[in-house]
Amino acid sequence: MNCSGCCFRAQSRGGSCMKNDYTYAVARIRVREQELLSRADIEQLRAVREAEDILRFLAERGWGDGSGKQRAEELLAWETRKSWALMEELLEDVSVLSVLRIPADYHNLKAAVKLCYTKAEIAPERLFEEGGNLDPALLQKCAEEREFHSLPEPMARAAAEASDALLHTGDGQICDRILDRASLEAVYEAGRASREPVLKAYAALAAAAADIRIAARCGRCGKSLEFLISALAPLEELQAEGLARSALEGEEALAEYLVSAGFGAAAEALLVSDAAFEKWYRDQIIRLIRPQKANPFTAGPLAAYLLAREQEIWSVRMILTVKQNGLPEELLQERLGEMYV
Amino acid sequence: MEQMGIVFALLGVACATLFSGIGSALGVGMGGRAAAGVLSEKPELFGKILILQLLPGTQGIYGMLVAFVTLSQIGILGGGARQLTLEEGLLYLVACLPIAVVGLISAIHQGKTSVAAIGMLAKRPDTFGKAMLLPAMVETYAILALLISLLAVFNL
Repeated sequence: MNCSGCCFRAQSRGGSCMKNDYTYAVARIRVREQELLSRADIEQLRAVREAEDILRFLAERGWGDGSGKQRAEELLAWETRKSWALMEELLEDVSVLSVLRIPADYHNLKAAVKLCYTKAEIAPERLFEEGGNLDPALLQKCAEEREFHSLPEPMARAAAEASDALLHTGDGQICDRILDRASLEAVYEAGRASREPVLKAYAALAAAAADIRIAARCGRCGKSLEFLISALAPLEELQAEGLARSALEGEEALAEYLVSAGFGAAAEALLVSDAAFEKWYRDQIIRLIRPQKANPFTAGPLAAYLLAREQEIWSVRMILTVKQNGLPEELLQERLGEMYV
Repeated sequence: MEQMGIVFALLGVACATLFSGIGSALGVGMGGRAAAGVLSEKPELFGKILILQLLPGTQGIYGMLVAFVTLSQIGILGGGARQLTLEEGLLYLVACLPIAVVGLISAIHQGKTSVAAIGMLAKRPDTFGKAMLLPAMVETYAILALLISLLAVFNL
């Protein structure tokens, strides 16, 4: 399931281990796109009362292992795994899509480092995310031995720093800050190195949205300027110091800064609520990938399919969470956005 | 030097066959890869998709047709090659060029359009007529080149 570190390193250099032929892969993806949930399907799921009925509906649409016995989280993890398994079947070299796997790698690294520190006994499948470049077992072994040299260079450095910080201070927030920033930088750099315009644009958008999210939250919590700057990934699109200063001055100042930086719609959404900002971000991704429907010869449609699947799984998770916990429907109204099909 | 006429005429024959054949092979190959992708998910579309895959194959046939006519005109098919002057040989070469060049380029582009049309058919199998029309439009220019090559070869 997991690609070797060599592919990860190749992608971080902007290269690729092998040559892919996308004509076949994109043609297959065109058929698979027909199985994606549309906005009408999502509305239908919202109208269902019980979470069990939603799981049944999804099983009828081909979700899960066919047993009909999977729990919600198992089903969603299964679907993520299925998307990547399809990519590995379609492509000689999946490292071209590595940029989409980096967040899962850093999430798993964070989980491994914290697990080693707390010595908690938690089943790995509850901690680790599917769809990373690196095997979670490798990350766990590195964290246990505190030897990270087998990881790609920027990740190894961040992992050692985060592990030391956690060991010396016992402060999980410092560990999170180091690894979250490293993850953002890795996504941004991998996007810049990618030859796929859609992945370049996605990485820039994802990193910018994450920086805005961090700045807004830290501004509300009254964090120091130094802390905030150290948490933000340096991007061409958003100057870290300017973003941090404006966030600490208040929401209005942050919105003004974002408008001046070309993120006017994000600023508007942020002034409404965090949920509105998340919806803006997810809608932006869908608008970014939509032109890939007319592109038959590159990895763009494959990346678009993976992002569309991610959006689909996220939407289903939101609906299931609301239904299982008896939360108000309005939560879905303000969060669920556009779909790829 | 007296053999150069036939050499150039045969060079024209080779160009017509080679370039239009290469174009068709590339175009049909492209279409074939897309067809395999769709058929592995929807085998019931085989009949429709096969037609789209084969559309870029016609340029190779046109090239071969021009080559046959040229071989016939210069007497090679009949068993006794005509004695051609250098000018006549060059004229046959030039007459073969339209289908050679347009055949190569149009087949590649028709292959790309076929791939896009196969993707369209994968999404909407009921749009076969429209999907076929799009790559067929590229064919127009291969037919024009074929006509010019044939007219030129016949009238030399």
